[in-house]
Amino acid sequence: MKYYLEKIIEKIIMLIAFSAISILIIITFFIFKEGCPFLFKNGILNFILSPAWDPSTKEFGIFTMILGSLWVTVGALIFGVPLGISCAIYLAEFADKTIRGVLKPMIELLAGIPSVVYGFIGVMILAPIIRTYLGGPGFSILAAAIILGIMILPTVISISMDSIMALPRTYKEGSIALGATRWQTVKMVLLPAARSGILAGVILGMGRAIGETMAVIMITGNAIKIPFTPLDSVRTMTSNIALEMGYAIGDHRAALFATAVMLFVFIMILNTMVIFVVKRKN
Amino acid sequence: MNVRSKDKIARFAFLLAAMVTILILVLIIFYVLFNGLRVVTFEFLTSPIKEMGKEGGIFPTIISSIYLALLSIIIATPLAVGTAVFLTEYTRENVATKIIRFGANCLAGIPSIIFGLFGFVFFVIYLRFGWSILSGSLTLACMILPTIIRTSEEAIKSVSYTYKEVTYALGGTKLQGIYKIVLPKALPGILTGIILGMGRAIEETAVLIFTAGLSIHIPTSVFSSGRSMAVHFYTLAREGISIEKAFGTAAVLVISILIINSISYFIMYRFMRKYT
Repeated sequence: MKYYLEKIIEKIIMLIAFSAISILIIITFFIFKEGCPFLFKNGILNFILSPAWDPSTKEFGIFTMILGSLWVTVGALIFGVPLGISCAIYLAEFADKTIRGVLKPMIELLAGIPSVVYGFIGVMILAPIIRTYLGGPGFSILAAAIILGIMILPTVISISMDSIMALPRTYKEGSIALGATRWQTVKMVLLPAARSGILAGVILGMGRAIGETMAVIMITGNAIKIPFTPLDSVRTMTSNIALEMGYAIGDHRAALFATAVMLFVFIMILNTMVIFVVKRKN
Repeated sequence: MNVRSKDKIARFAFLLAAMVTILILVLIIFYVLFNGLRVVTFEFLTSPIKEMGKEGGIFPTIISSIYLALLSIIIATPLAVGTAVFLTEYTRENVATKIIRFGANCLAGIPSIIFGLFGFVFFVIYLRFGWSILSGSLTLACMILPTIIRTSEEAIKSVSYTYKEVTYALGGTKLQGIYKIVLPKALPGILTGIILGMGRAIEETAVLIFTAGLSIHIPTSVFSSGRSMAVHFYTLAREGISIEKAFGTAAVLVISILIINSISYFIMYRFMRKYT
């Protein structure tokens, strides 16, 4: 009797274990079910490459928003990645145990601050500064890039730091024994060896930047136009969905789900890249 | 430039990067608390929202946030811990574990706006739960599942194998070993994951706008709509209803996150000291 109970519970645990993948499948199914008919009806290329988005005249092209997402994401990487990796190197190689013990939870705290609060800080501090000193509306790619750059720091730092610290001690000891300085060791031994882990951190940070919604809505200005300079206002794919979903019906709603399909496909490509990059290391 | 001065410059640059990061964090927290704490009074925390947030307090949003956070971890924890137990205790690395890990990793990377849309079409419309605490919590549970799976798995893995051997030697079954020995030993680590999940539920906005709605009243059941603190803050700031009240709400949000992170860090610290 006890034996059977044990077997039944084992089966239940096995079923539970497939919950995450089942949820992923259900999410994929429902997003695609809502978005794909529209994509096939209107043509994917037409949807991606047309710069005109005007629900009142039934023009649905997300070209400007794709550009917006790209600008903002690349900007975030430019601000976040060098700072994040340098910070990770400091924590992994130069900081002693006590300092690391204090700084690491603080950096994790940075990840806990709500994205709406980041957006608010962008609105209250960053946008006015940019407007006054650099011109333009202030609500711009630059403001979003700086805020998102800060937001991806925890991701980039913790993953890079873990991958540097996971390296065998002998790498470092060998390099120091050969007379290399700490900086030479970092540059020539540790960074190349931890390359794939750091790359995974950067890709995950990129995913976070491209998927971020609330902070971006608040600070990019949301203008539907092709951006030319970092001081221009843009609308990203995510903010377009969040801004218009509340009142969208019919084709308009389907077009927003189609935008989500595009975003979803892009994120899945990034996720698969991470798995591939990490696997090559092992 | 010789090698030694290059080394000094590089060390300085790395230190600077770390300082800049910490400075940004401190500035953000200081800015929000400096402007917000003036507004946060006992009355602000305990009165209802008046005139869409222009007057009154944030009591209903605090209650909604607590409901959403608790319900979502109640839903997500059994699933996550079950998954972690299966991955660590019941199987070796094979195709099934690869699929499970792939699912969890991909779920962790999905943007919250997509979770929001999914919750809207699936829980709100398809399952007819409407804009409610239930829809919001279920969607949040999907979102925080990977976080709890990962921390639980690490925690279970760190329990020494000898404990299990002793259980078997005394004639205990595998399941007894898991719920009498492994899970209690791994509890602090699992708790850390749960608390981090709660933190994510409290800071989330995009998901809840689409699933839990914007009602300014205290939710009376899991089927009533309720706006969380983060959603309320977003509405105040975005629509420019009251910057003063927005700062107050932001301060409460940031303090909650500070408390949650400190608790999880404290538990983790004691757990680590015990086992390593």
